[in-house]
Amino acid sequence: MTPSDPPPPAAGPSPASGGSGLATVRRFGRSTRLVHWTTAAAMGCCLATGAVLLLPPLAELVGRRRLVELIHLYAGLALPVPMLVAAATTGYRRDVRALNRFTAADGAWLRARLRLGAWQRARARAAVAGGVGKFNAGQKVYAAFVAGAILVMLGTGVLLQWGPDLPGGFPVAWRTGATFVHDLLAYGLFFGVAGHLWMASRDPIARVGIRTGTVPAWWAAREHPAWTVSADGPPIPDDPGGPADPGSQDDSGDRAVRSGHPLPPRG
Amino acid sequence: MPPARSPSPGWPSPAGTSPPDPPDRPAGSAAAPGRSGLLRNRVFTGGVASEGTPVGRRIVLAMLALGAAGVAVGARAERALERVIDPVRRNDPTGLSDLLPVGNFRYYSVTSSVPRLGPADYQLRVHGLVDRPRTLTLADLGAMRQTALVRDFQCVTGWRVGNVHWSGVLLSDLLAEVGVRPTARALTFRSFDGSYTESLTLDQATRPDVLVALRMIDGPVTHDHGGPVRLYVAPMYGYKSIKWLGEIEAVDHVTPGYWEERGYDVDGWIGRSNGRDDDPV
Repeated sequence: MTPSDPPPPAAGPSPASGGSGLATVRRFGRSTRLVHWTTAAAMGCCLATGAVLLLPPLAELVGRRRLVELIHLYAGLALPVPMLVAAATTGYRRDVRALNRFTAADGAWLRARLRLGAWQRARARAAVAGGVGKFNAGQKVYAAFVAGAILVMLGTGVLLQWGPDLPGGFPVAWRTGATFVHDLLAYGLFFGVAGHLWMASRDPIARVGIRTGTVPAWWAAREHPAWTVSADGPPIPDDPGGPADPGSQDDSGDRAVRSGHPLPPRG
Repeated sequence: MPPARSPSPGWPSPAGTSPPDPPDRPAGSAAAPGRSGLLRNRVFTGGVASEGTPVGRRIVLAMLALGAAGVAVGARAERALERVIDPVRRNDPTGLSDLLPVGNFRYYSVTSSVPRLGPADYQLRVHGLVDRPRTLTLADLGAMRQTALVRDFQCVTGWRVGNVHWSGVLLSDLLAEVGVRPTARALTFRSFDGSYTESLTLDQATRPDVLVALRMIDGPVTHDHGGPVRLYVAPMYGYKSIKWLGEIEAVDHVTPGYWEERGYDVDGWIGRSNGRDDDPV
């Protein structure tokens, strides 16, 4: 399942991959990680306060409806801010572009996931695993879903909050409709985020990646074999101008692998 | 409309009839008008071909379209759902169907906790511009003439519970008992939760469908529904039906209540206030 695209330049005894398990790859720049975690915090806040507003047993437990509403409102308004701010950085834009673009391999990946029958599905997934780039198609779909959901929740939420103040008036049916969409999509988001956390819970290295920005090269080669630096844009600095991550002590290995194809010995 | 600008050198423009495309429009999509550009496998940005189709963007746009459609037809969809769910909920011993955000009562409280009062310690204080101020216990209220109503409960946020059985003391009976002075124009209600207040004009308060409710849905008003004593103002939205009623004061002018200070109409007639057109109950 070796990717066929660019041949690994000096894949052999580079200083980094010498230790075989120690080579690392830069996966997420600082802006991308900041967007992830601030959005996660705001989303968690929205889901928690939303649950209190929506579910009677929780409402009975917490009370303080006015305060909970206020927190919900401001957390909701804050949701799109990190993404908008980070759009100024090239590293984040590069990741967004990678999430946005679906290749033929992504189509095959999604079709393999939807195959019926455990054996057939496992075989189909094994057959397409080599085509997975920096993000697999599931991650791309999830990212798009969350982005769309944030916009819809923002739109309906703003309608619910300020609709009655519109100069032209605000039809009641729209208010009910906006409530309906907001409530329904809240459940969708809850299950979406739950699925996201479930996937993350099963892959500690992926969690390390989004936490520190760096992953072992062997993991990148196993989970994202078609992720190449060339497809990912120019190598290194994720944050132009920003100082290097104080935590990335493996800078040399990082660079060594990043400038080539992250392909360690497998087996 | 942006100010007309001369076409950039590389742009063939049809003899000045229409304004040129914005210059930032990529050549690839300009060549393929309308949607067909989106269906291609390779999309050109800034003259550089990048890998793949922007499916992510399409998912986002599709969700926006679905959301807008949901806002437009959601009211009808919700009504249809309620018709399906109500019978299910009535026969659901698990209570799980209460988690569905459709129909049924929702619990709103503006404070962190509300004291639980019962026959031993509940008191309703009626005072202000009245001849015979009184402090009534649950037993006092229970000994007065009881009036029953079967009416819907409609919340200003949209939910409605149909055919709720209410009973208790007509507010007008209670007011007759204490003798409201001619100078009184309105009532201020205070909840024993310590925060919530409400108001009614005297004309509204003496309607025959305004109850100091002691029973609701085949039993005493439960704590979560505002018990042991709450108000039920049938023709108005739910926020007028103050829960955990602790005090009624006759005053000379209307003082807006808790939610009214926060934007809701003081005269909360169902279907004729708060920009809503719900059917009257």
